[in-house]
Amino acid sequence: MGGKTIAEKVLSDRSTSDCHAGDIVVAAVDYCMAQDGTSKLMIEELENLGFERARTKSGMAVVLDHSAPSPSAEVSRIHGEIRRFSKECEVELHDVGEGVCHQVIPESGKIRPGDLVVGADSHTCTYGALNLCSTGLGSADVAAAAFTGKLWFRVPETYRVNISGSVGERTGPKDLILTLIGMMGADGATYKSIEFVGDAIRTIGMDGRMTMANMVVEMGAKFGPFQFDDVTADWYDSIGMKIDNGVESDADAVYEREVDIDASDVVPKVAAPHRVDNVRDVADCEGIEVNQAFLGTCTNGRLSDLMSAAKILKGKRVHENVRFIVAPASRRILAEAVRSGAFGTLIESGAIVVAPGCGPCVGTHAGVPSDGDNVISTANRNFMGRMGNNSNVSIYLASPETVVASALNGHITDPRGL
Amino acid sequence: MASTRLEGRAHRFEPNDDINTDYIISGRYKFKIGDMQELAKHVMEDIDPDFAQKVDSGDFIVAGRNFGCGSSREQAPRALKAAGVAAIIARSYARIFYRNSFNIGLPLITCETDWIEDGERLAIDLGNGKVIGLDGGGNAEFSPLPLTMRILLEDGGLIPHIKKHGGFSLERGEV
Repeated sequence: MGGKTIAEKVLSDRSTSDCHAGDIVVAAVDYCMAQDGTSKLMIEELENLGFERARTKSGMAVVLDHSAPSPSAEVSRIHGEIRRFSKECEVELHDVGEGVCHQVIPESGKIRPGDLVVGADSHTCTYGALNLCSTGLGSADVAAAAFTGKLWFRVPETYRVNISGSVGERTGPKDLILTLIGMMGADGATYKSIEFVGDAIRTIGMDGRMTMANMVVEMGAKFGPFQFDDVTADWYDSIGMKIDNGVESDADAVYEREVDIDASDVVPKVAAPHRVDNVRDVADCEGIEVNQAFLGTCTNGRLSDLMSAAKILKGKRVHENVRFIVAPASRRILAEAVRSGAFGTLIESGAIVVAPGCGPCVGTHAGVPSDGDNVISTANRNFMGRMGNNSNVSIYLASPETVVASALNGHITDPRGL
Repeated sequence: MASTRLEGRAHRFEPNDDINTDYIISGRYKFKIGDMQELAKHVMEDIDPDFAQKVDSGDFIVAGRNFGCGSSREQAPRALKAAGVAAIIARSYARIFYRNSFNIGLPLITCETDWIEDGERLAIDLGNGKVIGLDGGGNAEFSPLPLTMRILLEDGGLIPHIKKHGGFSLERGEV
């Protein structure tokens, strides 16, 4: 047997076995979480099991973010049940307005490099940016992890994605990950772990790494771990934690596939309706009318996203036909964006501000498009009906730079041309 | 398990590949409706508004590649099951949906599906790994379910499994 990948190391360690890709292991889970759309089923399962306290090593959280603040009495009742559960079982609660689970969980300091984390939300893979293995699961799996402190896993094969060179102006992590998804397809990495390496990766900050790890599930992947480096250590330092090292793949680790991308060849991209892998150059979609633009989500609602957008919008106003909705990924990010002045710029440009959280991404509230609308969004999914209306609505996914450039012009616009 | 035979009608959709969990049950319902029988009235609605009326108890969903991609919502297999769907037959599945389905006791069959017509009556022979067309005469073979999945199905799903064994018991011999 050769050396081990990050996934093989984390799962070997947590299962106290010497496992390799293809093995089935029962592994100790460090942390688990659920959100307001998945907690109700999880709580029912846990109550069925007679749950009292989470047995996962670092505990458990529930986050109210998908319909937050609540748009209806039905959702309010579900939120109420989740609050009661969190109190009774001493589960950490992130209530409405704190932000998107995939930002507030990292900010909470509960997950660390080398950890094994599961969440009842498919974009739980976001935490791979922090040099750990995390994945999305259903409510029953997360209930089982909370109840037993463990879960069964099939050890995934790993694809190594080497991104060399450096991206050009107003091109960034979203364009890189959309490029990769376009190459791989919606099931091109099903069950795999994706390790990101290369010169371009080293220069990408934590916000951008989270953007990329967030979207590995859009090609079917299970984990999306990044290497531990100064960016990781500095990010932990920024939340008051000193962490000096993480988990590394061995030099002789066995990869099922290696993919090379030269970042200097990558241009601004959009995922056109109604598939995330329907990836095209922004230049090929230029001129398509836009009715709504959305800046936010667990993919691109972080401080560097808001700042990149503000830089382009400074002193300008979005097009009169465009509703420009902004939802910061967390309250902490909102506060930082206010302090930096970026948030003032967004508001002065015409932004409609909604509470930190998922915003209109999943169609529950805060910006459901009208019949026939074209939406350009920094989110991660563009399926028919995704934003709550299935009447001829088209959703285009793009970077913060492309979204605000398009909001300014009222049609899809390559941000490099502004 | 070895003798289990299911019979029902096939339901196909457009698109055939990458049918995501938003299409199975939309976010505009699943965040506010907790009752699976209520959710079942909206299952597959965004790609086939009449599906909930057409489906009979015991029927099958038939699809191409990557069925169930997208969100982790366990409401997707649960609402299908509540609508009467007895099994899904597809060329491949997304990872989270695959686990969720076995966790809640809905079997997934992986085989070639191009030969199956919408509305065709099918039999699934779980023990011998065969899908048989009862109207046309086509058929396909499938590999036995992985041991982990057979154990979970046999125990009635993941939570009943945990309850029964007080934890995970996935290393048994034959099930």
